[in-house]
Amino acid sequence: MKPPRFTYHAPTTLEEATAVLREHAEDAKVLAGGQSLMPLLNFRLATPGHLVDINRLPGLGEPERIEHGWRIPALVRQRQVELSRAMAVSAPLLTEALGQVAHAQIRNRGTICGSLAHGDAAAELPSVMLALDARMTMLSADDIRTVAAGEFFLFHLTTTVRPDELLLSVEFDDPPPRTFSAFAEFALRKGDFCLAGAAVSVTLGDGDAISRTRVVVAGVAATPQRLRVVEDIVTGTRGDDDVLAAARDRAYAEINPTGDVHADAEYRRGLAATLVRRGLATAIAKGRDHA
Amino acid sequence: MDVVRAPAGTGNRMVGARIGRREDRRLLLGQGRFLDDLDMPGAYEAAFLRSAHGHARILGIDVTAARRVPGVIGVFTGEDVRPMMKPLPAKVAHPALQDFPRLPMALDAVHYVGEPVAVVVAENRYIAEDAVELIEVDYEVLPAVASTADALAPGAPLVHEGARDNIAVHVVQEAGDPGTAFAVAPHVLEETYRITRGGGHSMECRAVAARYDTVTRQLVVWDSTQAPHYARNALANLYDMPEDDIRLIAPPDVGGGFGPKAQFYGEEAVVPWVAMQLRVAVKWIEDRRENFVSAMMERTQTHRIRVAFDDDGMLLGLHDVFEHDQGAYVAGLQVPMITLTTVPGQYRIANIHTELYSCYTNMVPTSSVRGAGRPQAVAAMERMMDRVAEKLGLDPAEVRRRNLIQPEEMPYRVGLIFRDGSPLTYDSGDFPRLLAGVRDRIGYDDQRARQAEMRAQGRFLGIGIACYVEGCGLGPYEGAKARLTNNGEVLLTLAAAPQGQGYETVYAQIASDAMGLAMPHIRVTTGDTERIPFGQGTFASRITATAGPAVHQAAGKLRDLIFTSAIVMLQLPAGTTMAFHDDRIGPRDDPSRSVTLREVSQVANVGRHGITLLHGVPAGLETSSYFAPERAAYASGAHGVVLEVDPETGRVTIDRYVIGHDCGTVINPMLVDGQVLGGFAHGIGNALYEEQFYDDAAQPQTTSYLDFALASALEVPPVELFHIQSPSPLNPLGAKGAGEGGTIPAPAAIAGAVEDALRPLGARINDLPITPPKIVAAIRRARTEGR
Amino acid sequence: MPETTSPETTSPETAGPETKTLVTVTVNGERCSAEADVRTTLADFVRHRLGLTGTHLGCEHGVCGACTILVDGAAVRSCLMLAVQADGHRLETIEGLADGDRLNPLQEAFHRNHALQCGFCTSGFLMSVTAALRDGPVSTEAEAREVLSGNICRCTGYAGMVRAVLEVSGTASPAPRPAGEEPVEEAQPPRGEA
Repeated sequence: MKPPRFTYHAPTTLEEATAVLREHAEDAKVLAGGQSLMPLLNFRLATPGHLVDINRLPGLGEPERIEHGWRIPALVRQRQVELSRAMAVSAPLLTEALGQVAHAQIRNRGTICGSLAHGDAAAELPSVMLALDARMTMLSADDIRTVAAGEFFLFHLTTTVRPDELLLSVEFDDPPPRTFSAFAEFALRKGDFCLAGAAVSVTLGDGDAISRTRVVVAGVAATPQRLRVVEDIVTGTRGDDDVLAAARDRAYAEINPTGDVHADAEYRRGLAATLVRRGLATAIAKGRDHA
Repeated sequence: MDVVRAPAGTGNRMVGARIGRREDRRLLLGQGRFLDDLDMPGAYEAAFLRSAHGHARILGIDVTAARRVPGVIGVFTGEDVRPMMKPLPAKVAHPALQDFPRLPMALDAVHYVGEPVAVVVAENRYIAEDAVELIEVDYEVLPAVASTADALAPGAPLVHEGARDNIAVHVVQEAGDPGTAFAVAPHVLEETYRITRGGGHSMECRAVAARYDTVTRQLVVWDSTQAPHYARNALANLYDMPEDDIRLIAPPDVGGGFGPKAQFYGEEAVVPWVAMQLRVAVKWIEDRRENFVSAMMERTQTHRIRVAFDDDGMLLGLHDVFEHDQGAYVAGLQVPMITLTTVPGQYRIANIHTELYSCYTNMVPTSSVRGAGRPQAVAAMERMMDRVAEKLGLDPAEVRRRNLIQPEEMPYRVGLIFRDGSPLTYDSGDFPRLLAGVRDRIGYDDQRARQAEMRAQGRFLGIGIACYVEGCGLGPYEGAKARLTNNGEVLLTLAAAPQGQGYETVYAQIASDAMGLAMPHIRVTTGDTERIPFGQGTFASRITATAGPAVHQAAGKLRDLIFTSAIVMLQLPAGTTMAFHDDRIGPRDDPSRSVTLREVSQVANVGRHGITLLHGVPAGLETSSYFAPERAAYASGAHGVVLEVDPETGRVTIDRYVIGHDCGTVINPMLVDGQVLGGFAHGIGNALYEEQFYDDAAQPQTTSYLDFALASALEVPPVELFHIQSPSPLNPLGAKGAGEGGTIPAPAAIAGAVEDALRPLGARINDLPITPPKIVAAIRRARTEGR
Repeated sequence: MPETTSPETTSPETAGPETKTLVTVTVNGERCSAEADVRTTLADFVRHRLGLTGTHLGCEHGVCGACTILVDGAAVRSCLMLAVQADGHRLETIEGLADGDRLNPLQEAFHRNHALQCGFCTSGFLMSVTAALRDGPVSTEAEAREVLSGNICRCTGYAGMVRAVLEVSGTASPAPRPAGEEPVEEAQPPRGEA
């Protein structure tokens, strides 16, 4: 289990990095935290001719406060964000989900953007970013473009990032005031890829009625899946038990996962629906505690 | 935990004491010497090309491109190592075995994914792997068999072309008259259980290195093995070499064994052979991907079990027919043969029928993994005990209690033949005390009350109990040598090699008591065939009960020789009662007249060239002893668990776990506890997490730790552990095995508790491990069946 | 492993000579340089180029944790980094834990609590716990288990390690030292464990 041979590039400017990517495109892989790519190299499931290590690029290592939100550039480690107090205040959903990503030793090295670019449908961060209405910015030698999270994930392990592009950063806005969230996932062991997960948030309006809802499920489709019809059931209510039961049933009807050796399709479907209900219940309870 | 007592009358001071391990220091400092840590200047590294198919003919192999890779010094196929191509014999065979040769590397066919097909030797492993990728094999793919059910199905493809069928062996054992017992019994229950066990998953994978010493003409092999002499003997046979021309060393540190490293593999034959051909040192460090497909595992048994019983729940008969997945070759029949005789367990059953269908499949051969066929047997039997209780409306702990063999019935003959060839006889044990201890500690009656309360709130609490016996301390023998060295140290040499069990400490404790000599003067060395010619190895929880007595005897004999020498040197009257005073030897009650160990060694061992030895001093203070137990000793135990099940997600949360354990005399309580708790973690894996999957073409689907879950500190709950000590009469120490008792009944206890929790829903737990999807499916099934 | 589509492979036959690079790191306070192929993992570099074989490889895909070392103070999997990426960085390995010949308190606690058996995984655990304890003491058993959960041990069942972590944090009082090897003067009942 040793990596295959490759040509190693360690660009120190974005220009250099994008030039190398343009030159080698399909035969190149970007190495950031390496927590997804290095296992693939060790297994020789990925055999790129060129490895573009972006760890020496300057200025990409710290989350930045932007107008009404955050920008997380390519080299921000998951652990940095997880431990950030400011982030816990404005994006508690992300903080909560990060605590369930693998283990600290992986998060110390793994980057937020790397996980998104890898695009594993059972991973936590893609569903969180979808729930946060995040935007991804890609840089190539020719242009820079930004897409919404909803258009970013194309399929399991496939995103809209082109071979000549670098995922430069992800940005998301602070949620509206009085938004409460939960990340509910179920894995065989803590730290494993989940059998199903749900990233949810509710925004409380006048009289504690829910004015806005986000429900995204992970691990049950080829990409994270936003369940707008479920959101519609919850929005406008106070999230009582019967509403949550209806949300669960609707989620169950909306999801159509496939099975694998670890869990049959029916299990995943029921599990994801249960997690939607439980996630909503947790988020709503947080809101009530807060009041 | 009960206070540990030394066996009466031996004056033991070290046996029974909680002595800190000598091994720890080097390991904690990062100075352990595992095989890949050994400095072997100039060693080349090997990588194997392995079969990509479950079953295929090899039409041709092209290694041209691989040979051309810079840094590659050799590529060998099966054809290239033909001179040593002999079948690797089954470790435990049977006269009725339909055998097919397991060769070190494939020649014209492959029978499982992962089977070695060719080996590359290169400057380093990176290059070796590059070259492996360039070897072209022309396969003709054949239909493969991926389960015992498929193997036995009518018209099934044959695992081995030309075979009679896919049955390796069919064995029946009977005691009493089961036919009549079932015919007349008031109640009979029948059930099918499918029990999967994981693999060994030692954190260090397998490893072999070898160098042919052209000066001494000796082949030196380093092997991360549990059984150095077994491996040496296998090599001597394959290479047709005298045993002394092969020195096989298990490094001082072997990173876990758990069974798979007690087997002998093709790679262990190929690597030294190519080292001899190339006249260079070659090492092969198995990586985890290889370990997943080529290290032996235990996999799956399917039991169709019936019990006959009366209105009081007393067992009248037991009838168990099971399929065992042997894999592509029979590396040994020990696992199913153990299962065959472990089913009756702690219960008095007059009429028994056990029947084995050991099946070939196109998957990696199976062999012992910690527990070795016992967890499956215990799961099948204990689940039936729960069903008997359920059927009669009795308490499951009470049904067990009524059927237990009593201490005064020891030695108890079950009526079957154990895998060591002797009549299955429990030598000692106190089963009622174990069960009562578990009941008390778990607060059984209170837990039942709590269960009722929680059920009323719609929560699902379950209680499970499982009892087991473990045949251990197997023969044929184990040996030890004791020698006084030139620097006045007693050196114990064991044939057995440890993988973390603390031999360097434990056997010094035993020798210390045997000699009455303080431990610091005793050193232990292990695992080198050059230092002691014969041995068997560490497996089946056998070493304490076999090497322990051997050490005890060898050390006692050495003490006598040392005392005899000292009496002469000190000009004391013959027959003076001697004793050690630290490193000095003198009359027991007069320490003022004494000689040191070093002085004795100078006189008796080193000697003076050409000068006559003092009259009466034995020449050469070295002893050896081989202990051969009459038959297997029986350890026993009981586990109790309280857990909660979330019926929506299938999550199992363990609330309480109690283990009652009886391994006879405890040599070092700290280390025995470590063995039991470590075994328990393995049992948790078997109960809830570890499952290998193969698709219909026998392609393995779980080949990384992303797909195969080993329990971490979060999954292994705290355990309350207590010991009772029923010393075995079969060896002078009274010792029995301790390495597997934590593992064996855990799946049974947990399965019982999960089913107990879900009893209001009527869900049946018949398939282990019990993963969340299986629990949810069992509930769903119960609902549709309208239980 | 998830499947990926691999682009055209560069075969070892057609690739140019292996690119070597000089890697300079500070290991356990000492500056070292050694040459490595660019594809050499940090784990192999530490073990075979620097000769620090206390760090072990158990899975080479980042799950078992045996290869955990500290890079700039953070616990990482050395099997999931290239040696060249560590150039200019500060490494800490198990060989740097003891004060000369004296075991540090964590190592002592592992010994006292029989927290290791075969010892293969031990270095990874020690490094993970070392990093965690620098962030502050571990105050509950649940936290201790969380700290240990990124590493796998197949021998011990973790009980001794949990106790060791709590002890070093001052959360649990130290277990009695295991008995020494010197002879006991009087034939006293050997120690049992409560």
